[in-house]
Amino acid sequence: MELTQNYGARPAFLKTLSWFDWLYALILAGGALYAFNLYGHDMDGYEKGILLLSCAGLIGQGWVWKPFRALVLVVATLSLFGISQYHGQLARAEQAFFLKFFFGSQTAIMWMSALFVIATGGYWLALLSRSDFAARVSSAITWSAVTMGLVGLMTRWYESYLISPDVGHIPLSNLYEVFILFSILTALLYLFYELRYQNRQMGAFVLLVISAAVGFLLWYTFGRQANEIQPLVPALQSYWMKIHVPANFIGYGAFALAAAVGAAYLLVNKGILASRLPTVEMLDDLMYKSIAIGFAFFTIATILGAMWAAEAWGGYWSWDPKETWALIVWLNYAAWLHLRLVKGLRGPLLAWWALIGLFVTAFAFLGVNMFLSGLHSYGTL
Amino acid sequence: MRLAISLLTVLAIASVIGTVLKQNEPYSNYVIQFGQFWFQVFEFLGLYDVYHSGWFLAILAFLILSTGMCIFRNTPLMLREMRSFREHATEISLRAFSHQAEFASHVPPDALQNRLSQYLQGQGFHARIGAPSGSGDILVAAKTGSYHRLGYVLTHAAIVIICLGGLIDGNLPLKVEQLIGWKKIETRDLPLGEIPAASRLSPANLSFRGGVTIPEGSSADVVFLNIADGYLVQDLPFDITLKKFRIEHYPTGQPKSFESDITITDKTTHETLSQTIRVNHPLIYKGIAIYQASFGDGGTRLTMNGWNLFSPSSQPFTMHGVVKQASQLSNGNATYSVEFTEFRKFNIENFASENGDMASGWQNLLKYLKTGSAKSTKKDLRNVGPSFQYKIRDAQGQAREYFNYMLPILLDDRWYLLSGMREAPNEPFRYVRFPLDGQNRIDGFMRLRAMLMDKQAHPEIAHQFADFALQGERISASMKDKLVASTVKVLDIFAAGGYDALAKFIEKSVPSAEQEKAAQTYLKVLESAAVSAWRITQAKAGQPAVMDDNTLRFVRDSLNTTSDLFSYGAPAYLQLSQFDEVLASGLQLTRSPGKNIVYGGSALLVLGVFFMFYVRERRIWLLVKRQAGTVLFAMSTNRKTMDFEKEFARHKEQLARLLKE
Ligand code: HEM
Repeated sequence: MELTQNYGARPAFLKTLSWFDWLYALILAGGALYAFNLYGHDMDGYEKGILLLSCAGLIGQGWVWKPFRALVLVVATLSLFGISQYHGQLARAEQAFFLKFFFGSQTAIMWMSALFVIATGGYWLALLSRSDFAARVSSAITWSAVTMGLVGLMTRWYESYLISPDVGHIPLSNLYEVFILFSILTALLYLFYELRYQNRQMGAFVLLVISAAVGFLLWYTFGRQANEIQPLVPALQSYWMKIHVPANFIGYGAFALAAAVGAAYLLVNKGILASRLPTVEMLDDLMYKSIAIGFAFFTIATILGAMWAAEAWGGYWSWDPKETWALIVWLNYAAWLHLRLVKGLRGPLLAWWALIGLFVTAFAFLGVNMFLSGLHSYGTL
Repeated sequence: MRLAISLLTVLAIASVIGTVLKQNEPYSNYVIQFGQFWFQVFEFLGLYDVYHSGWFLAILAFLILSTGMCIFRNTPLMLREMRSFREHATEISLRAFSHQAEFASHVPPDALQNRLSQYLQGQGFHARIGAPSGSGDILVAAKTGSYHRLGYVLTHAAIVIICLGGLIDGNLPLKVEQLIGWKKIETRDLPLGEIPAASRLSPANLSFRGGVTIPEGSSADVVFLNIADGYLVQDLPFDITLKKFRIEHYPTGQPKSFESDITITDKTTHETLSQTIRVNHPLIYKGIAIYQASFGDGGTRLTMNGWNLFSPSSQPFTMHGVVKQASQLSNGNATYSVEFTEFRKFNIENFASENGDMASGWQNLLKYLKTGSAKSTKKDLRNVGPSFQYKIRDAQGQAREYFNYMLPILLDDRWYLLSGMREAPNEPFRYVRFPLDGQNRIDGFMRLRAMLMDKQAHPEIAHQFADFALQGERISASMKDKLVASTVKVLDIFAAGGYDALAKFIEKSVPSAEQEKAAQTYLKVLESAAVSAWRITQAKAGQPAVMDDNTLRFVRDSLNTTSDLFSYGAPAYLQLSQFDEVLASGLQLTRSPGKNIVYGGSALLVLGVFFMFYVRERRIWLLVKRQAGTVLFAMSTNRKTMDFEKEFARHKEQLARLLKE
């Protein structure tokens, strides 16, 4: 017994948890219970299940990845504060001080956009000047961007119910909303690995992808007024949306991360920025891990999508362009994984493949809506 | 293995084709799009239904086969690997490992064996003791994460299972029956009773997916399976009656829900079941799922006021029609058929001008930065009420299409009835505006038009106009006659072809230098005469005739509309006066026994993927060498990652400490 303790035997997971972990869990469980009391009678069985599982998922994620706890608590606090400022009137989004300048959904999302762009600049500065301080600051800014983005989604969710209770819905229903989700999830995945690898140099590349998404978001907002909250068409009125869409975007986010890492890999492999960026071994490892996560979630998302399609359209697979492109993306990464896992291939080919994979993914995500027609109603541009 | 990667890639590329080319369109569309030659080439290649074409199914079959073979070959090996501790590994083989280390140790080997096993167990490994033959050495072999190998079996088996489930639900059996000739696709538009048995499928059919449209108050007991350029009829074991179809709207006018109240009557047990189905809320009865898929018109009954345009009259006639059916319209010598194609109860139109270009986006951004408000374009959505659409076909078969709103619409501060006309389906509608009179009716315009178009009435108008124009002025009778004559002339020309005719007349008879002046004079005469005509018609109808700006605009509008009507092409304007809406619900019915197989396979797939990625297999061997007094440490994994390198370093360091004590 003594032996095992002395030599790094791994204690049971629950025993490693601190009092803060338990407090965090308690607060979340309390919150879920409160929501249950308040809205339970309006939810169907599936929605209750989703609430419980989300709560458990957030607790678990916080336990495994400690900074996540603070994020959840801060986002919850700010969102609740923001919501309290509406006094039940939508118009206050443009009048109340805190809503107009910070937490109203539109403003918070603008904060997110600005912070992501600033963080991108910061990471590049850090990379080029080898400044650890600048890198730390950029990390903090990225965390803030994620926070504001999540608060923006939360207040948007609330605003949709202020428009009219039957219009209200989770903000995952159109291209505008999922682009916000995409930026947030990609950043979160990156931040997770930043801590895991104790390395902030990859931020410059990952944030570049996020900034591109933010650029699209801004154009979409100001050029197309896509930020307006629209009621849900009948096909989207389903609890499936709450699980299918996030699962999909964890996948997309992870693939985007892998592509950014792939680009860095190719540069280092050519000797460009090699002294500033991580080693190819680390980049390769990160690329594999994010594709693995992405593949796992994308698999789940596609299956959930099929189950939803079965319920809404009467067939779990109709070879609709969106479905088919999801399959193509899936096959693409399955081939990638075979190359690496079965043939044991490493090196530039895989990095290129991951980079090009982003374009395949982006086509499934955007191109299908722009160029092809089908049953998916995620708005044309 | 190359095979697997190639197969995955080929399948991905093949799948792209079907997303680029719109699938399962009516064949006539493809002919228009590609021309006859390419149409046939593409048809031969099966590009109009790629995912059911022979070659695509062959790729799938090959995928199933090769994956199946792969599982068959690898699984026994994998399972053996999973169970085996490899406790008989030799020293030579251990020394060949890339990750190994050797420590000196003074602890007696038997005590060491316990200590090492304990250590490994503390690290989450399962250990077993083995003894390499011949020597007195002890081998502690340990492993963890063996389920990783199960991941391979599960994912690959899942892919085979999913594909098989999909093939059961796909139309594979049907395709075979078609090949043999048992079933034939019907391409003619036949009444249900006349469809031959070779094109009908019995209720016992294992799996199908088809649709049917049922008008309110009617029932159906078949669905239609659209295949290639024709269809098959699937008989159902029950009757479906549509009692009512509803569309609910949000305040903004977007549809909120589509619902059908249906009753099912079982053909064998005669039991009935009534339920409401909605999008996302199907009804499943005896393994057949019934979905709300679409909706349409089920024969709305329309009552209209018809205004004869060819021989104008100030009185309308009454006409009846049913959507999706044709009525006859006859005016003395010619007969027309009126085919009612659509009725819409609501029309939500945006009256705000659109702006969505880059420049306005940039301005919106600047505005947002200044004011914190991004709401720039106000949408002005208005419900302008019901509309209906019809084609008028003449005896030669030429048709024009019309789109009429039932209610007047406010345009430029005045109310009009709008009627759109187009000559070809791909053109936009061009609208004629009928101005409304002081009582907000179309009658005032029709009376005025009837008079303007009636040559016999022109002298009366001209006299009244001359009297009015020359009031108080003393002129000769011949001057007055001249004015009357020229007014009659202008009215005659206008009645023969509107402004166009007037313009042509001026071009022909006036020297070009004076054309503009002449045109102005003629217009003035025409307008003033029209005002006089309006007075006469108002008096005849017993309506007041107050002259003001409103009246003037009304008369001008009437002249414009009268002129526009020369290119309207219809013998009558049909003004909707009443409707009795009958909707039809589009239902989709499926029986898919493969669904649960596919779902089961999917569950295995997810499980397998997690085993494969998140369970890492690692093995440790510790060879305690009696004679040398050393311990050989070797470690392996089947997926080398950085985590593995770290773990190896950690074990090495800890074992070194453990063995020193
Ligand atoms: C979920 C997606 C898939 C994953 C994660 C996956 C993963 C793997 C892995 C890890 C192996 C190597 C097993 C080992 O030696 O350790 C493997 C082998 C193989 N896979 Fe897949 N696979 C997937 C889908 C497919 C598909 C769709 C095919 C069909 C073409 C396929 C065909 C093969 C073949 C032929 C082999 C080689 C078997 C042999 O001959 O040794 N796999 N796969």
